[in-house]
Amino acid sequence: MKNTWIIARKELKSYFASPIAYLLIAFFALIFGFGFYTATRDFVRFSFQAQMMGRGFPMNINEQIIRPLLGFASTVALFVIPMITMRLFAEEKRTGTIELLMTSPVRDIEIILGKWGAAMALYTSILVVSAANVGILFAFGQPDWQPVLVGYLGLLLQGGTLLAIGAFISTTTRNQIIAGGVTFFVCLLLWLMSWFTAFDTGWWAQVVSYLSIVTHFDTFAKGVLDSRDVVFYLSMTFFALFITSRSMESLRWRA
Amino acid sequence: MIKVEGLTKRYARNVAVDDISFQVAKGQIVGFLGPNGAGKTTTMRVLTCFLPPTAGKASVAGFDVLEQPLEVKRRIGYLPETPPLYPEMEVDEYLTFVGKLKGIPSREVPRRVEEVVERCAIGEVRKRLISKLSKGYRQRVGLAQAIIHNPDVLIMDEPTSGLDPKQIIETRSLIRSLAGDHTIILSTHILSEVEQSCEQVIIISRGKLVATDSVENLTNRLRGSEAVAVEVASPGGSLNEGEVQTRLEQVAGVSRVLPKGARDGHATFEVESLQGRQVRAELARAVVGAGWDLIELRTVGLSLEEIFLQLTESESKEKDAAVAVEGAQ
Repeated sequence: MKNTWIIARKELKSYFASPIAYLLIAFFALIFGFGFYTATRDFVRFSFQAQMMGRGFPMNINEQIIRPLLGFASTVALFVIPMITMRLFAEEKRTGTIELLMTSPVRDIEIILGKWGAAMALYTSILVVSAANVGILFAFGQPDWQPVLVGYLGLLLQGGTLLAIGAFISTTTRNQIIAGGVTFFVCLLLWLMSWFTAFDTGWWAQVVSYLSIVTHFDTFAKGVLDSRDVVFYLSMTFFALFITSRSMESLRWRA
Repeated sequence: MIKVEGLTKRYARNVAVDDISFQVAKGQIVGFLGPNGAGKTTTMRVLTCFLPPTAGKASVAGFDVLEQPLEVKRRIGYLPETPPLYPEMEVDEYLTFVGKLKGIPSREVPRRVEEVVERCAIGEVRKRLISKLSKGYRQRVGLAQAIIHNPDVLIMDEPTSGLDPKQIIETRSLIRSLAGDHTIILSTHILSEVEQSCEQVIIISRGKLVATDSVENLTNRLRGSEAVAVEVASPGGSLNEGEVQTRLEQVAGVSRVLPKGARDGHATFEVESLQGRQVRAELARAVVGAGWDLIELRTVGLSLEEIFLQLTESESKEKDAAVAVEGAQ
């Protein structure tokens, strides 16, 4: 546990020692801010129109701003995650520092959890900075706060799974660019898989759509805390971290 | 302290280390000598629990590398061929990180960092980014990293490769100063390095153990048939090369004289002597006695390749002899 913390701290320091952390935070804040701006502008326009027409059109901030915004954030996160995970193991393999970690009295799983934990922390700070936008809604309106929390929990769970998958991919190469590229491709593929139910309603489309990480986010975006989806994310994260540890083990046999 | 029995490491296609056995006693400095690709790094990686062996056993301080890797790792300091440094860290920050990683209690880490910084003479760069350090300093930071947890065993892969001569001398004296407290294994492909810093030598070639002996014995064994370079000049200016060669060949104990070229009344020869004969004094007397000038007289060190040749040849001869005897019976 202590070792995990030592490694996580080192990883976080190197994220923030290079421009990468600040760039990602800025990039995400900008895109999220744009999404927030359009969603809020449309909401305000609609509510004016509804008033002028004299119809009591039920307007709901949670349903009309926060829900699409969270969905948007979950998609943008797919682009951010490869950039967080690509260097985790690939860089250590390239510079040879992996030899230091693997010959220190530390378990492989502690190294993996430390690195994944640091990636989670960076991802969380990216979300926290962007949450300033949502804060504005609370300052000028009265949205329900529970669905917002559930939505953010969903973003964290989805991010945790994808970060674990990215960490696994990073153990398979010593080239950061390849690790980032492949992770990006996998994220894109998962996103595309979520559309399969639109083409076909057969059982296989259901399966493909179920396996797409992104589909499970919908319930969270609605503000519904469904244990099935929580279990799905947690078990996927666990599985990805497990194959990461197998991959690290195989480094010893092949290296 | 270190015990290796029948160690074999096989990769997909080739055998990197083939059935090696040796032991290292506590407090010894052992040189691991072999040409590039002999299996030195692989053996060291097995000892540091970085790679598992394909067959055989290896243990450090009584702990098996496969069964109790954490205990082994706690007792080992390892400096790989390229020091495992994080370029984005400062030296102090890096050493603190490694100290904690190696399991030093947090309270003691600053004191240990202080000690290794002083010991490895890196005080003037401790606030600098590692990416800005010169090769020599990086090597020293690498060494500081290896000894920070005061390990029983210190394993260093080519600690002087790529350093300039001054840095090599400093690194060697640093290694010697560590000898008392630690058992040290260092690999190298430079013979003189082993002679200067080690007590015991293990020679491997193409994954096989060629010899394991004390440095003294080994040098004596090899000095047995030493080669001497002799440069002779004539005071008059003209020198008959053949005449000199005949004179040198007459010296007692000389087995062969090879002319190495003559120019402007200077002639160079390489003189080989019989086993166990010291002929340098005799040679000098012979040259001066004949009225020539002795310009240079030095023993020619055997290169690593020649040593391998000698050692492997003598062993295969013994084996051949054994086979012949068995065949006769």
